[in-house]
This record gives sequence, structure tokens and C-alpha cells, in this order.
Amino acid sequence: MQRHLISAADLTRDDAVLILDTAEEMARVADRPIKKLPTLRGRTVVNLFFEDSTRTRISFEAAEKRLSADVINFTAKGSSVSKGESLKDTAQTLEAMGVDAVVIRHGASGAPYRLANSGWIDAAVINAGDGTHQHPTQALLDAFTMRRRLIGRDAGIGQDLDGKRITLVGDILHSRVARSNVDLLHTLGAEVTLVAPPTLVPVGVESWPCEVSYDLDSTLSKSDAVMLLRVQRERMNAAFFPTEREYSRRYGLDGDRMAKMPEHAIVMHPGPMVRGMEITAEVADSERCTAIEQVANGVSIRMAVLYLLLGGNEPAVSHARTNEEK
Amino acid sequence: MSKILIRGAKVLGGEAQDVLIDGSVIEAVGPGLSDEGAEVVDAEGKVLLPGLVDLHTHLREPGREDSETVLTGTRAAASGGYTAVFAMANTFPVADTAGVVEQVYRLGQEHGYCDVQPIGAVTVGLEGRKLAELGAMYESAAGVTVFSDDGKCVDDAVIMRRALEYVKAFGGVVAQHAQEPRLTEGAEMNEGVVSAELGLGGWPAVAEESIIARDVLLAEHVGSRVHICHLSTAGSVEIVRWAKSRGIDVTAEVTPHHLLLTDELVRTYNPVYKVNPPLRTERDVLALREALADGTIDIVATDHAPHPHEDKDCEWAAAAMGMVGLETALSVVQETMVDTGLLTWAGVAERMSVKPAEIGRAKGHGRPVSAGEPANLTLVDTAYRGSVDPAGFASRSRNTPYEGRELPGRVTHTWLRGKATLVDGKLT
Repeated sequence: MQRHLISAADLTRDDAVLILDTAEEMARVADRPIKKLPTLRGRTVVNLFFEDSTRTRISFEAAEKRLSADVINFTAKGSSVSKGESLKDTAQTLEAMGVDAVVIRHGASGAPYRLANSGWIDAAVINAGDGTHQHPTQALLDAFTMRRRLIGRDAGIGQDLDGKRITLVGDILHSRVARSNVDLLHTLGAEVTLVAPPTLVPVGVESWPCEVSYDLDSTLSKSDAVMLLRVQRERMNAAFFPTEREYSRRYGLDGDRMAKMPEHAIVMHPGPMVRGMEITAEVADSERCTAIEQVANGVSIRMAVLYLLLGGNEPAVSHARTNEEK
Repeated sequence: MSKILIRGAKVLGGEAQDVLIDGSVIEAVGPGLSDEGAEVVDAEGKVLLPGLVDLHTHLREPGREDSETVLTGTRAAASGGYTAVFAMANTFPVADTAGVVEQVYRLGQEHGYCDVQPIGAVTVGLEGRKLAELGAMYESAAGVTVFSDDGKCVDDAVIMRRALEYVKAFGGVVAQHAQEPRLTEGAEMNEGVVSAELGLGGWPAVAEESIIARDVLLAEHVGSRVHICHLSTAGSVEIVRWAKSRGIDVTAEVTPHHLLLTDELVRTYNPVYKVNPPLRTERDVLALREALADGTIDIVATDHAPHPHEDKDCEWAAAAMGMVGLETALSVVQETMVDTGLLTWAGVAERMSVKPAEIGRAKGHGRPVSAGEPANLTLVDTAYRGSVDPAGFASRSRNTPYEGRELPGRVTHTWLRGKATLVDGKLT
């Protein structure tokens, strides 16, 4: 493992499987009455959020607290950042207070990379989403969800996603989730297909390790998982598609389309869902939709990442067992 | 001592000769000239060029003296072998009146490191709506003949047409920053494979090419000349080549950085590589070199764009666009054009001195190295190789993409009308 987690593309197959396996161990902790491990006791993690994202921040916070880390939450709104302080000064100020890891969410692509590679700070940097670039813990929790559902909780240990056919549908152009997933799923051996109107596929996509299709219906029967990405309504004002209804008709997943998927296939969504746009309520609320599971899995994945980046050589869960025995 | 004998210089890279300067003028050129009463500069093995002329410099004064002033910018120019620079109009206030261009012109004259020829804005406040008083700027002491809204494109086709027509009255030229604004909203880097991966807003080649295509056709229609700033794509080369084959009066420039660097460097997210137009692909770089060699692209211009450290020591999105270039331009041209065999030193002189002076009507610059001509000269140690150290720059800013990169060539002497502005690599 590297010292930072900036991009899903930085993970090797073995790194990724190790994170998924560790997350399974972490998930077991969540099943206990006391959901806490002493692993990061005395370590301080700052959640440095320059962009509003309550879900992701809470997920990281829950993971940090379950590992007994001291947690500082920093949101840009109302802080010195809104008065013009630079990213560098903000990060150095926080580090001066003794921070071991920085979980950063930033609207600018590359901001976490800069933070990790400019010599500004020494702390470990975890990317919690940067612009339209990457969101590696999202991709990991998605892969974790796929492995559990498509291979099995125990059967999946040590396994990758070799040969699984994953379809991502929606606003690929503006999606850090899509970029992270393409990188990680490819590393894990899955076959990825992106489906979107051509306006929402980036120029240059031909170099990505995946297929691109403009036709959702033709890909459904060949998918083990269909992941829907949020499409912001305001995109239609920039002529990415004519109307919400037309988008929904051509690329939205409804019950009829879901019926074309293989029986074992799952529907995924990173949230927040725009019901009636990319997904109908019928699909969102069905047994096959893993959106809520993904949220739960997010905490386990983030615990695993924090543990592997900060926890050093101590085994993650053995402490807890010892505590239980006491 | 008013006489200087430059001993044994390869004039334009040719045979070694002596060049005798008397006062502000070249008195004689030839082998074995007498050094009587002259200060001798040993130029053995070095190449002597006419003083370089930069048609595209940002000196930042007035308004952004924290990044550059006319003094520091002209010192950087002298250090890079330049004897004349054209100062872009995007200052604060904008150089859109006779008053501002005269101020910049006079500052250049007072400091004496390099002639400063102001460029006038095409439109008031660079806003693209209303023509600035182009005639007044021409008639001012600054004698402006080059007009540009550089930094912004004159995107309104009617305004562009009128500007092209209007400046014909006094032999002016419009230098277009070709960037279709709607196609480049939120643009942060070249649109292509790298931008797709990095999630940075794409600046498509077509946004440059479509404006160039429009403007060469406009220039043809109204019988004007047009100059294209910082041409950066293979497609733009094709359009300019086509326009020239039709006899359209178009000239074009390329920057040193577009001859050397590609968008692969953006993978570092280091804003020192953030520039407008953006770094393009390897294919574009090779097409630009070939076009500069075959004359499709007429000149090299630096687009020297100083920025203070804090404007680059940040995340990509927040960073300013631009690179300093005056002090590294000749080295980059040697690396990409001379050492690759694409261009002779005579060709370099043509593209970095003669032609830019001609396009900008810079009197006394870009002249032959021969008796009776103004002594605007640059002496280059072409055998030198060394890594770029921004700490040694004369420019007030350090935003170079070449820090630590090894490049060939070093300007050792620059003479502006016989007065040394640079001696043994040190400013006077």
C-alpha cells in the first residue's frame, strides 16, 4: 500500500483485494454490540471538506470513530477558506495542530494530489472526492458490494471480480465515481461498459479500459451489475440532453428494463438518487437495489483504508477480540 | 570606450568573423578586423544573432507590479538576448488609450535594457464590444501598430472584421488570441486522453482552429493582414498553411513551450504547466516544429506571462495561467529546432528577430548583421548545457516549467544600439 490514497488507479490488484478483505473483517465489528476498535487510539484525523457532502463526511467520521481516532471536522463554509485562505495554508495550519491523516473533499480535480505531493504537509492524504477526477473509497465500497452480492461474503475473501460484467449508466463526463470505478473494476478483472448519451462521455474515453455504448437496452441482459450515476437536472440547460423526460426514457432504469437483467444481477447507485430521473421508485426500492447496503459498506471500506494507511503492522481486529475476552 | 570588437563570432552560425561596433552602429564585419581602440569580446565558438524581438510579452505594468514591471521584464528580456519586446495590452488599466501605451513606452526608454513597443487593445477594456481608439494609439509617442485583446479572443465576428479593416489606414495588424469562448467555458487543459483521466475541463483544439479559420477568411475578404498569437495545434497549422497557399496575408507565432512540452505533464497537477492555450499532445508539438521549420509558422514569441508564487502554489483550478519565457526561449528553440536539425541559426535569426520585427514594424530591429546597421546583437554560447535555475532569473516571477531541466545554449552578451545590456551573462 502507498502512503496516500489519491486515485483508484494507484491500487494494485493485491492492494485492492487486501482492502476488501480487511473491510469484511471491519464489517464483522459492525455486527457486534460495541462497534469500536482501539486501533487508531491517539491518532488524529481531520475531515477537510471544501465541498458540501454530508453523506461522505459522516461515513468517514463513523469509520474514524469506530477505530477510536480523534476526529476534527473542517468545512470550508464559514471558515478562513471563505475569507481567501489558500489550500496550502489551511492544510499546514491543521497539520500544525498535530494531524496524522487528512481526508479531503475538494471541488477542484487534483487538489488531494497536490496536497500529497507538494511538500506542504507530511500527513497521509485520503481522497474523499475531487472535482470530476476520483473518489477511490466509493469505488472500493462499490467493488465490496459487488463481491458480496455476486460471489458471497465468505466465498469472496481473497477473490477479485474476474469476468464480472459491470455497466455504469449516466453522466460519465462529470463523474469521479465513474472514473474511479473504471480504474478499480478493471484492476479487479471485471469487464466494464459505460452507457450514456454521447454528450456525457468525455472526449478521450477511448483510452479507458472499458467499452462505451449509447444504448442501455442492449447492455442490460449482459450485466451482472448495473450502476446508475446521478444526472443533475441542470445539465439539460447546457444542452447535454433535451429534457429530463427524454433522458429518463432513453437512459433511466425502470421496472421493465430491470426485468431484462439476469436474475442474479444487482442495481447499484452511489447516491443521492434522483428518483424519476435515472431510476424509478420501483427499482430504487426493490430487493435488487443495493443503494442502502452501499452506504453501510462505505463505513467498513473507510475503516479498512484508514487502518491500512495509519494502523501500521498491528492486526486490525485482534485487539477487539482480546477486549471481548476480558 | 565607444568601440567594441566582437572577435571570431559565427555570424548567424556561419564562418567566424569579427564584428566592430562603433557607438550605436555596426561599423564593419569581416575577418581579422583591427582591435585598435576597441574593447574586445572573445566570441570564439559562439553564435552572433541580430538582437531577438519578442512580439508577445506580458510586462504587467501598470497594475500587477507584484509579478513584473517594465524594468524587471526588460532586464529579463536582455538576459534572454532580446533587444525589443512587444508588451501586451492586458494591464490594469488596460492599454486601450494613448495615455497608457505612452507610459509603457516611456518606461522602456528610461530603463534602457530593451526597446518596449506597446501593443494596443483592440476593444475598450478588452471587453470585445467597442473598438478602442486605435488611431490615437498609433499617433501617440508609442506609435502602436500591433493591436490585440490577448488573454481574450475578439470573438464577435463583426468587431473583428471592423478592426481588421480599420487598422489598414495606418498599416496596423490585429494579433488574435484564437479561443472560441463558449467552447472553452471551464477549460483547464487540452481536451483529450489526459483531460478525460484527470477530470479537468477540456480546452478543445477546435476552439482555436475555428477562430483561425474564420479570421483568415475575414482577412481575405477585407484585404487585411492578421496575426495569430500562440498557435498550438496541428489543425491550426493546416489552416494557416491553406490560408497562405491562397495568398491570405496571415502570420503566426508559436511559443517555446508549445514546441517542447505536452499535456502529459499535467498529470502532476502542478500549475506551473497551466497555460493558455494549453499544452497539447506530442502530435501537435511535432506539427508545430515542422511548421516553424517550413515557414508556415513565421515566428517564435514567448507569451512571457509572469505570475507571483502564490498564484501557482495552489490547486490546479485556482492557479493562474501562464509561464515566464524570456530567459529560456532561445535555449528551448535550440533544443527543439536547432539541435534536432530542423533549423539553422540563420533560420532562428529569421524567426526570432527579422520576422517579428517586420510584423510589428519595429524600426532598427531584425536587421542584417552588417556594416551601417544598428548594433542590436545577441551572442550565444551554443555549446553550453545546464539546468534551469529560476533563482537566477532577472524576471520578478519564477513560474517556469523548466526548473531543473537541462537545456542547451546560453546568451552571454546582448547589445542594444551598441550599449551592452548583458555581459558574460550578467546584466549591466
